[in-house]
Amino acid sequence: MAENIIVYGLVWSGVYALLAIGFSLIFGVARIVNLAHTAFYMLAAYLIFHLNTAAGLNVYLSVFLAIIIVTITGTLSYRLIIARIRQHESTTLIVTIALAVIFQEAVLKGFGGTFVSGPKLISGETGIFGVGVLNQHLLTFGVVLLLLLATWAFLMKTRTGVAIRATAQDREVANLMGINVPGMEMITMAISAALAAIAGALVAPLGVLTPGMWMHPLIMILAVVVLGGLGSLKGSLIGAFILGFSEILVVFLAPSGAFLKTSVALTIMLIVIMIKPEGLFGIVFEEERG
Amino acid sequence: MNVLSTYLSRFYKFFTGEIFVLPSRTTALLLCLFLLIFPLISPNDFILRVLIIASIYAIFAASWDLLSGFTGQINFGHAIFFGVAAYTAGLLNYNLGLAPWATIPIGALAAVLVGLIIGIPCLRLRGTYLAFATLAFPLILLGIIQAIPNITYGELGIPRVDPLAGSRVATYYIVFPSMIVLGFIMWKIADSKIGLVFHAIREDEVTARASGINTTRYKLLAFCLSGLFAGIAGGLYAHFVNAGPSTLELLLSFQVIIWAVFGGIATIYGPIAGVFILYPLQKIVLTRYLGVPAELTMLIFAFIVLIVLLFMPQGLITWLRDKTEKICPRCKLQNVATRSECRVCTAELD
Repeated sequence: MAENIIVYGLVWSGVYALLAIGFSLIFGVARIVNLAHTAFYMLAAYLIFHLNTAAGLNVYLSVFLAIIIVTITGTLSYRLIIARIRQHESTTLIVTIALAVIFQEAVLKGFGGTFVSGPKLISGETGIFGVGVLNQHLLTFGVVLLLLLATWAFLMKTRTGVAIRATAQDREVANLMGINVPGMEMITMAISAALAAIAGALVAPLGVLTPGMWMHPLIMILAVVVLGGLGSLKGSLIGAFILGFSEILVVFLAPSGAFLKTSVALTIMLIVIMIKPEGLFGIVFEEERG
Repeated sequence: MNVLSTYLSRFYKFFTGEIFVLPSRTTALLLCLFLLIFPLISPNDFILRVLIIASIYAIFAASWDLLSGFTGQINFGHAIFFGVAAYTAGLLNYNLGLAPWATIPIGALAAVLVGLIIGIPCLRLRGTYLAFATLAFPLILLGIIQAIPNITYGELGIPRVDPLAGSRVATYYIVFPSMIVLGFIMWKIADSKIGLVFHAIREDEVTARASGINTTRYKLLAFCLSGLFAGIAGGLYAHFVNAGPSTLELLLSFQVIIWAVFGGIATIYGPIAGVFILYPLQKIVLTRYLGVPAELTMLIFAFIVLIVLLFMPQGLITWLRDKTEKICPRCKLQNVATRSECRVCTAELD
């Protein structure tokens, strides 16, 4: 029991962290609430499955292709659709939901609604402290850690990363300093979609795929980013671990936990923001001051 | 006789002066009249069912607009009001056998109470935080409802809730006029001083507070009023369809925002029109007359919403209104776009 809680907790928290960081990045930089974010994750998982089984491609190649395709889809949908209506906040919400529904229905139409499970990237298990852990779980957690470090290094150490952070802090001043703001937003959107696609690739082998699988993670990452504080990557990371573990704890320990897991996670989020309205590590944005 | 003729002439003046001067109001009146006599022309059970549900959702979407469109407090979990009222009405009816005329008001009061409960903590939150916090409430309740099936009847919902009336046509004549009345009340509220304060809160809360408005009280009022109307819609829904987990689902919360934004927010009539365009389109036109397979309707629906909002980001009805009407710069009254001077104060229109 305890080892299951730790393994599943780490794996799912990691997946939530990847998704939440991508969501948080594009929100921080472009102030876009992209409700289609987890639809990219669903799309990637399905693409991998179908490239692998129907098209008969190698697993690694199909993962690679799926990530590329989803990144391009994400960037294009930003460029062609979201960027045009982003001044209207509520319209952005609706358009991104519409996008998510379009992806969902397209997957349902193209790949069918039967429950499928993605191919394992690696098989077997490793003993850690006498507990057998599936290699797939280890791989998931390893990739999550690596990607989180890579994202952090990219944002902190590279020129582009600094430019992205500057854009997130103050668009107008960043623009005046000669930063190509729309370009930075495109790059951020691409990174965000790629992170979602990788999360999808990691989840595809772990459970069943359904076209509606984007809904639950969407709720969770919304709770995670609010808990951690909007626009704060550290907050998203910590929030993902708090909510991921609380969800797994409820599933394993509480009676009828499968129903209550979301309720408990959301209640934790609500309690935290009642006490600290800007989340754990929230940043007060320029235009929201006052 | 004299009294009657005075009333008649006043009535006539009201119609010519307030309604027939604007094509939009004339169209709205004609559409209402048409829908009122519709069951007499074609008492088709299926179409009436769609129109009844559309009326219920129209009340619901307008109530979202009253809260989120006017005060700018984006509510992502509007289904909480709908679901609480539906479950209250359904459980009271099933367990205690109360009639619909009693259960619907009690359900609506329960929704007002919920508005107060979620309103108080939400007062500290702003913008996106508020939106995501409100998203949580219906989902928390949904989890609890599914976890205690012996009280709430779990996944399937309450087994049997009494219908509103014996026949479909009678139900239609209960629900559709109540939609018009409630919509009119909401529109009047939005048009009154309260509505003005709501506008002010959305535009600039700090300035509103600096002008001596107790914004906290008005925001709570918005939550309660919105809860009241959404609760009535929820109670009607419980007695017409059923009270089950679908009344609390995330998709319903999103759907109401889709309708409202599609029609145009902060107008009340926009969301109502949005529902009456989108819901029958999805349920009748696409599946019945165009023969689109059921699995494609959702896709087409999403595409229509996407395309319309891409070209009319303010919403369809707002766009139409701005194309056909001008607002007088002096007296702020609506005028037909073809006029060169205001119909009341004769100020020049640009």
